[in-house]
Amino acid sequence: MSDAAGLCIRGLRVVFDGFVAVDGVDLDVAPGDIRFLIGPNGAGKTTLVDAVTGLVKASGSARFGEQELLGRDVHRIARLGVGRTFQTAALFEELTVLQNLDIAAGAGRSPWTMLRRRGAVPDDVAYALETIGLTERRDVLAGTLAHGQKQWLEIGMLLVQNARLLLLDEPVAGMSHEEREATGELLGRVAGDRTVVVIEHDMDFLRRFADTVTVLHAGKVLSEGTVAQVQADPKVQEVYLGHATDQDEPVSQGAEA
Amino acid sequence: MSALTNPRARAWLGFALGAVVLFAAAPALLTDFRLSLLAKYLCFAIVAVGIGLAWGRGGLLTLGQGVFFGLGGYAMAMHLKLADAGEGNMPDFMELYGQLDELPSWWAPFANPVFALAATVLLPMLVAFGLGSLVFRRRVRGAYFAILSQALAAAMVILLIGQQGTTGGTNGLTDIEGFFGYDLDDPVNQRMVYFIIAGVLLALLALTRQLMNSRYGELLVAVRDSENRVRFLGYNPANVKLVAYVVAAGMAGLAGALFVPAVGIISPALIGIVPSIEFVIGVAVGGRAALLGPVLGAVAVAWAKTALSERFPGTWTYLQGAMFVLVVAFLPGGLASLWGMVKRRREAAPPAPESTERVLVKEVAA
Repeated sequence: MSDAAGLCIRGLRVVFDGFVAVDGVDLDVAPGDIRFLIGPNGAGKTTLVDAVTGLVKASGSARFGEQELLGRDVHRIARLGVGRTFQTAALFEELTVLQNLDIAAGAGRSPWTMLRRRGAVPDDVAYALETIGLTERRDVLAGTLAHGQKQWLEIGMLLVQNARLLLLDEPVAGMSHEEREATGELLGRVAGDRTVVVIEHDMDFLRRFADTVTVLHAGKVLSEGTVAQVQADPKVQEVYLGHATDQDEPVSQGAEA
Repeated sequence: MSALTNPRARAWLGFALGAVVLFAAAPALLTDFRLSLLAKYLCFAIVAVGIGLAWGRGGLLTLGQGVFFGLGGYAMAMHLKLADAGEGNMPDFMELYGQLDELPSWWAPFANPVFALAATVLLPMLVAFGLGSLVFRRRVRGAYFAILSQALAAAMVILLIGQQGTTGGTNGLTDIEGFFGYDLDDPVNQRMVYFIIAGVLLALLALTRQLMNSRYGELLVAVRDSENRVRFLGYNPANVKLVAYVVAAGMAGLAGALFVPAVGIISPALIGIVPSIEFVIGVAVGGRAALLGPVLGAVAVAWAKTALSERFPGTWTYLQGAMFVLVVAFLPGGLASLWGMVKRRREAAPPAPESTERVLVKEVAA
């Protein structure tokens, strides 16, 4: 519904008590791109997402479309159309699937609407239920969903939230092969006019569904390009890919910093 | 059958039942003395409804509701004392202490019944709004919020005791005789006060039910269970919590205001740290997240306190502590959760086939 916008990060730096987690990262994600963010443990991937979504303080600049994100409150950034998921699904487990989605859809509701009971299922919620394949399970508690379904519900929540920049932190970790396939296809479907950034360790998943890849290493950008370009980069092979092309959880090589 | 499964019909049935118990059965079966005790318990129950919303649904451990109960109680008592004294006179205790030549300026507005009645609810809400705005925005949570609430209750008691000349000090405001022109010594009028309290309780239950079932109620539970996640969806959790806290404070204030004509006194001992904790114990025992749990818990604990301390003075405190520990350790959902357990066990009896059948039927239909 809204035009896709790109993410533009310049000189992003995050320091925790003297420890530099993200060290001057420049990153451009074009509108509509599905960008995978990879790197050994401790490379600063999640911290980068935390900084962009306002969870941790950072210096530098992170612009989404025309809007500067750094320095704003978490909920204000979310209202600009930035949505994220977490490594472990963070749902409202004691609420139903429908209630989870309805809450995600409702940040702009008036107080009067909030104080009333939900009547019919809102159209966008029904559409999201259909998209993530949980229409049949809409009245079960989110806490009782299977692992894969939880991650899909998270993605569904981003859809109804009307997020135009999706930041997904390891969406297929711990999933079965079939669930990975389904998740990848779901990503392709929702990407459309959205900009997607995925943190992922699963190289197989990356090769199938990434448009472009950025490799982070020790808080800095090591390499960037298409999957083929990045795989061919000797620097990347040295620190990362060469040792872990066919594993789910690559062994990090001297990059714990 | 349909009346038992349809939630709306069940709610009406519940309210009708509650009304019959409170308005017909209790006055018919209880002596005047016991009925006035019940009136007192129902005041605690009103506080409990608010705590159920703020703590049970919102996760805010409101250990200082005595402050709001006290604000409402003192606002009402100040008006009634002024009305007892008659226009232009000072309340009896001020004359007695003899330190003042005229009524303190902050007492004067309470001579107006409309102002005083509005203040019983709005004053606690205003204080809760100011405090909550500061505290929730700074992300003070959990035990820290509880300790802060306790400190506030302690501070209020110290302030009241310290200002004996204008607040009645440790004695509080006592010997209240009239209630908007009605003599409180008359059992008929005492009964009227009881009916008002019962009516207010039912009305507030209806209001709370609406709040819990609304979208706001769902959001409140979401904030309780995962505050950060709510933030990432574009809500400010501080505002969500603030609403529940302010509503609970208003209810505590109203309860305090009704307590005064029912019991005839408001004093620091009724609003300090210990009573504040007792409010929460009743809610925990009854079941904090359920609508009726807090009400039944508050009445049961208050009733047990009277009954047991009549017979075994001195042991009540231990019993109360033991009850609280037992409930928290073995029945976190309170007595109200027993009902759900029984229901689940009964539903568990006919096993899964039924549900798969239903799925199949749906698939065939589609």
